[in-house]
Amino acid sequence: MFKRMQSPVAPEQDGFELCVDGTPITAQNGETVALAMLNAGIVPFRHTAVSGQARAPLCLMGVCFDCMVEIDGRLVQSCMVDARPGMRVTLLTGARDIGAAE
Amino acid sequence: MTTRECDLLVIGGGPAGMAAANAGAALGLKTLLMDEQMQAGGQIYRNINGVSGHLGALLGPDYLHGRELAARLRGSAVETHFGTLVWEVTADREVSAQKNGQSFRLRAKQIIAASGAMERASPVPGWTLPGVMNAGAAQIALKSGASLPAGRVVLAGGGPLLFLVACQLMDAGAEITAIVETSPAANLLRALPHLPTALTAPAYLIKGLSMMRKIRVAGIPWFRQASALSIDGRQQVEAVRFHSRGQDQRIAADVVLLHHGIIPNTQIGRMLRIEHAWNQGQLCWHPILDSWGETSSPGIRIAGDGGGIAGALAAEASGMIAAYGAAYTLGKITEPERDRGTAMMRRLLDRHRRIRPFLDALYQPPEWLLQPSDDVVVCRCEEVTAGRIRKMASQGCTGPNQTKFFSRCGMGPCQGRICGLPVTQILARELRRDPGEVGAYRIRPPLKPIPIGSLAALDSTTTTGDDYGN
Ligand code: FES
Repeated sequence: MFKRMQSPVAPEQDGFELCVDGTPITAQNGETVALAMLNAGIVPFRHTAVSGQARAPLCLMGVCFDCMVEIDGRLVQSCMVDARPGMRVTLLTGARDIGAAE
Repeated sequence: MTTRECDLLVIGGGPAGMAAANAGAALGLKTLLMDEQMQAGGQIYRNINGVSGHLGALLGPDYLHGRELAARLRGSAVETHFGTLVWEVTADREVSAQKNGQSFRLRAKQIIAASGAMERASPVPGWTLPGVMNAGAAQIALKSGASLPAGRVVLAGGGPLLFLVACQLMDAGAEITAIVETSPAANLLRALPHLPTALTAPAYLIKGLSMMRKIRVAGIPWFRQASALSIDGRQQVEAVRFHSRGQDQRIAADVVLLHHGIIPNTQIGRMLRIEHAWNQGQLCWHPILDSWGETSSPGIRIAGDGGGIAGALAAEASGMIAAYGAAYTLGKITEPERDRGTAMMRRLLDRHRRIRPFLDALYQPPEWLLQPSDDVVVCRCEEVTAGRIRKMASQGCTGPNQTKFFSRCGMGPCQGRICGLPVTQILARELRRDPGEVGAYRIRPPLKPIPIGSLAALDSTTTTGDDYGN
């Protein structure tokens, strides 16, 4: 859904890998998990607990919670977490566990 | 349990927060700054310390202005805690926060909350589809990760940020297929009386006009006074529909960026039960503040857009003013020192606010956005529609907090951040009352869901500064 800008000066960096539902994606330094997933074309991020609607980020600033994913076993807003090598991201499928404090 | 103490805690690292912390430390206050993000800058100066020269130039001098504030913060005595979520603040100024998965407490003699602004919700049919985002989100992606929406992009709504994002995305190489302005024709008449005041601080108007010229020169289809906006798609966005130029329009799109102005983020103030007032000009709540930013809760101040929308430069000035207020209360400076030290800031603040009444009137969101049709989802988390909210009103629901007896409206993870304003406005209309009387969601701690494991350290022994590191 997003793409990285072509910069005339800075050459494309190599980036690093993280895993989303078992599939590796490449992230760049400084990207949040949400942005790395958007750049990798992952849609949707989750399905709602109520009716299973597909959702993806709305705000990218920690307000809407539509970017919730599980990272290394924790439910988090993926737009508030920097991507790190080797992270394991699991997409939420809609069970009513979103927002529950573990 | 011993709790750590500081003179001044600043919550939020945007322009108001950075300016407040810098001033507080310079005035000799032991100052802490906390922000949930990993870096200083807030949203307006997001990634200001890391941005490349090329992208910085593209984002322009208004953005790069943040460098100065951030550099001063780095060189100051302020103890900064990024990646730190403040999840509870009490009226006694006891603060609970979480960093690296662990919670800790501290007490502050003075608090300045600089939690900034967020975009007004744009509840239109289809706004929950993947591919529909706030315009500000695209700007965050650009600033923080040099990334752009891919494919055909349509921007819809109104307000200066809509045009700014359009221009920046254009420069960055995005494919913008249309701009759909929703501001009704009547806004122009409402705005005109405010024009003379706006002209006394013309820099904003000049910038606005040059953005519009740029869009026109680029030849991007630009629809005005659009109504009946909706978004089509099955699993994600496929097209935008609206009525403009006397006919129904449909424009294919991959990403739709919505924007209907920005509003103060009032979560912390609501949690503290401080007094708020309904602002009929900006159609949102703002906390009631004295001239030193102090709220109805002694020692707790609010600075920046969180206190009322006025922009980044005004936020900076109000942050400094609040810090001087805090320093005076703590006896670090005398009254004449306080007043002299802030005289210039007050003049700046006044100047930056002069454009607001004009902009607020010109970009007032259309009535159909504020009163969405019955089938539109308003509470995104719990999927409660406008129709359901209206039905609750007819069944005796008198305010936003009662919607929770009737449904789970506002009870999802976002805790009503997105739906709070529309729910108040829909209920006010149904009940034929003023939004100010209908009220807003009560907010309870934690401000965001935190894992139980995070609380472990709170119940054990002592929390000291060393325990949560730097
Ligand atoms: S995208 Fe809105 S909270 Fe992350």
